[in-house]
Amino acid sequence: MTSSIKIVTFPGTNCEHDVLKQIQYLQGDAELIWHQETNLGSCSGVILPGGFAHGDYLRPGAIARFSPIMDEVIKFAESGGPVLGICNGFQVLTECGLLAGALSINNGLRFICKTLPCILETTQSVLTSAGQVGKELLLPVNHGEGNYICDDQTLDYLKENDLIVLTYAADINGSIDRIAGIRNKAGNVVGLMPHPERAVDPLLGYTDGQILLQSFINAAK
Amino acid sequence: MKNAHLLLGLTDDEFDLIKEKLGRIPNDLELAMYSVMWSEHCSYKSSRIHLGRLPSESPLVLVGPGENAGVIDVGDNLAIALRIESHNHPSAIEPYQGAATGVGGIIRDIFTMGARPIALMDPLFTGPVENPHNAYLLDGIVKGISGYGNSVGVPTVGGSITFDSCYNQNPLVNVFCLGILPQDRLVLGRASGVDNLVVLLGSATGRDGIGGVSILASAGFGSDDIDETLDQSIATMTDENSSKRPSVQVGDPYEEKRLIEASLALLDAHLVVAIQDLGGAGLACATSELAARGRVAMDVYLSSIPLREADMTPAEIMTSESQERMLAIVKPEDFDDVKALCKKFEVKSTIIGHVVADNPDCPSQLRILSEQNGTVLANMPAATLADEAPKYDRPITPPQFLGQLNDFTSSSSPDRGQTSHIGSSAIDQTTAEIAKDMLQLLFDPSFIYEQYDYQLFTNTICAPGEADAAVLKLSAPDIAFTGKAIALSGDANPNYCAVDPRLGTALTVAESVLNVACTGAKPIGLVNCLNFGNPEHGEVMWQLSESIDGMAAACRQLDIPVVGGNVSLYNASEGKDILPTPVVAVVGLIENITQKPPLIGLEAGSTLILLGETESNLCGSAFSRLHEDDIPAGHSCKLPQLDFDTHKRLVAFIGNMIGNQIGNTGEKDSSLSAEDFGGEKNIISHIHDVSSGGLATAICEMAVKSNCGALITGIETEEELFSESPSRVLVVTKFPELVTALADKYGIANKILGTAGGTELIIQNIVSITLADIENRYFGYLPARLQITEGSSADFAS
Repeated sequence: MTSSIKIVTFPGTNCEHDVLKQIQYLQGDAELIWHQETNLGSCSGVILPGGFAHGDYLRPGAIARFSPIMDEVIKFAESGGPVLGICNGFQVLTECGLLAGALSINNGLRFICKTLPCILETTQSVLTSAGQVGKELLLPVNHGEGNYICDDQTLDYLKENDLIVLTYAADINGSIDRIAGIRNKAGNVVGLMPHPERAVDPLLGYTDGQILLQSFINAAK
Repeated sequence: MKNAHLLLGLTDDEFDLIKEKLGRIPNDLELAMYSVMWSEHCSYKSSRIHLGRLPSESPLVLVGPGENAGVIDVGDNLAIALRIESHNHPSAIEPYQGAATGVGGIIRDIFTMGARPIALMDPLFTGPVENPHNAYLLDGIVKGISGYGNSVGVPTVGGSITFDSCYNQNPLVNVFCLGILPQDRLVLGRASGVDNLVVLLGSATGRDGIGGVSILASAGFGSDDIDETLDQSIATMTDENSSKRPSVQVGDPYEEKRLIEASLALLDAHLVVAIQDLGGAGLACATSELAARGRVAMDVYLSSIPLREADMTPAEIMTSESQERMLAIVKPEDFDDVKALCKKFEVKSTIIGHVVADNPDCPSQLRILSEQNGTVLANMPAATLADEAPKYDRPITPPQFLGQLNDFTSSSSPDRGQTSHIGSSAIDQTTAEIAKDMLQLLFDPSFIYEQYDYQLFTNTICAPGEADAAVLKLSAPDIAFTGKAIALSGDANPNYCAVDPRLGTALTVAESVLNVACTGAKPIGLVNCLNFGNPEHGEVMWQLSESIDGMAAACRQLDIPVVGGNVSLYNASEGKDILPTPVVAVVGLIENITQKPPLIGLEAGSTLILLGETESNLCGSAFSRLHEDDIPAGHSCKLPQLDFDTHKRLVAFIGNMIGNQIGNTGEKDSSLSAEDFGGEKNIISHIHDVSSGGLATAICEMAVKSNCGALITGIETEEELFSESPSRVLVVTKFPELVTALADKYGIANKILGTAGGTELIIQNIVSITLADIENRYFGYLPARLQITEGSSADFAS
């Protein structure tokens, strides 16, 4: 059995098929894995896709971190395996401590769905290695709780270590320093609120997500 | 105190009819079940005799009206399921939950058929948002749709918002859903097989939404105290204290998301014989419809039904509208597998009854027992509940001016002799006044749709606001893209329908069909939601009947089958019936798509061409509404003419032209050929139909979306500028000679209007406005009015 990217599906997750389709569109190997599984199998990378895992009850990601598969995901991440959290997946990664900070309710208290410019801030991550620092990417966002918050100490830590991966070109939800995505120090774990998988298929009008998912596919080889 | 049946909303005659059907006096439980099933909402008793006039046939229709959703063949062994419903009255009382549960209900109707829901659309109508209560209602409704729809995982790809004072206190929330299914997964709500199990899936049953269909959705609003009626009606069934209960249901999108996945997995595994969603009238409806449609008998055991509250009465249990429940018929040997599959998705599955041998003396007998082998609490022929509500031929009172009605079904040339009663005064407007009017007709609804996830499933080719219709790849998580796409448009024109419900409705259908064609699609089906006032008012029944006739004529002429519909009556505000508001949703099929269709917009240096002829007539227009204080009186003027032959020709021409541009349609269905385009592929860079607000609004929208001005030389009068006469499309092209020659060849009237460019919209000799002014109004209007209620309604985060 060849190894593949595992796309974790919780009850309430809804972007798992979109991520699968677009990874396949980019010639990557991926398959879905149910949250009750206790073994990642032959795994080259993990993606936690968007949606509303466990209904976002309590708060987004708070229950998902206790799903059986998450112990395996944490072990995989700690061993250096590429892990990507998109939107709700980013929220899960902060809840389980793989990434710093937290995602809070958008300023303005409204859900936001639109495609807008983001800035790629570092290439030192499994999501951005094929990109270019300072490059503007048009990416769809789709969240009610994407307002990135952290304490001053954490923010300094993020900045000093080049851990901010992606920012919004303009403030959309109140995120500190317009943060849209961050990584861990090793660069193998990345979380972002925008949905790169929604900007892959040219028929839908946007393709800037290709470079991000392509980077991740390369890292998962 | 009134008799129980009156409090439940049944008339004395209806009570007598129930006695006749049963051959005895119904008990309290039976009476409660009849009252919900015979409600206006469930039985369509006032409208049913009229609805039969709508054409529902087409070779592509697999399932027509009467089932949970209409189903249309789209080739490749795939089909689409579609339905529209209203959730008007619940949304008036509790906007967030009213709208949210409307979304939940319509989604269940779709996956009940075996289809994966892939698109929602929500046509909304509220009073002007300058009024804080209306702003509160709209804000709550939008947050309800956003909170439920986003979380349940079905993208909301379209919709509309219409403001009119007639919807003060009585907003209209219409919800449309479309799903896609492999044809062999199609399943109908028909019970069969003696000894098969009746299995309830999903949520436990609580006291929410009791009597929703009979008390909320089927009665006048504002005249009687709803709470009082509701409490009294249920109190007669119980001895308990009648505490205030919400008659609006409460939704849980997470439960519904798991229910969708579980239901589709059960159908894929062929583990259910039949399945039916629980919506209005709850178990009373689902059990009686499953039994009646399948012509089998059914026993239901109350003690088996999982309850949220221990002391619910039988009547409460059977009529509760608790959300997120499905009723499945399962073979006994399959139940363990059903249970295991449901467990994976954390969905409860409970055996609550059996299909039993039919009793010839009582066909499709539905018995409600206290428990298995327990006391029989109710015993009725299911068909008497599901199908045998009285059908009313309510009095129709045509208004005085009936004799002046146009006979629009025959092709007649526009009558230019009789124009709007405000036409003459309009001409006297100053340039500044015209500019002000143009701006007043504009606003950007993105503040609403950007709260909806419209991108999920990576199908959305044309997002809300981009084109005249939403365009989606025809694919779903478990269904691969085959090159086809669907286009969706939801439309209404209450102003037109107020003047002339028959022609107004026909014009609404015509507009919706043209919208879909503007994206290169061929219209293949229509569903409708008929929102009207009190059917006990003769004039409302006249409006309804006329509207149905107008829809029927338009659908026949334009070859569109009506595959489903919903009727919402008793909509009124401040004692006045709403304007007649028939909403139509048209779905079109694009046979092959390889690039995005042209969008609404302009391109500097390009030419604007109007296809179709303008009738200078402001009757029923948004412009004339600006200058009237009150709701149009009806037939105070004569609506613009609709010539079906002209319209059909335009729809085919546009559909073929755009269809050729965006994909490989082959020669099938297409009268245009590659030679017609002189070798050019993308001859149309932008396109927009002309509808509400006329050319004025259409051109402003095109300008503001591309941040590009225009110099218009081809509009001569203010009436021409604001007229909403039908069968017109604006196209923007770098190849004007090619387009006009092509239009000439196919008999389409055409006129070069002007050139795009600059930072101003100049309509020569009439008006000029800067792009900045247009932008300020367009982008600023809704945020400025809806931010007021920030944080004051339900939290969007589920």
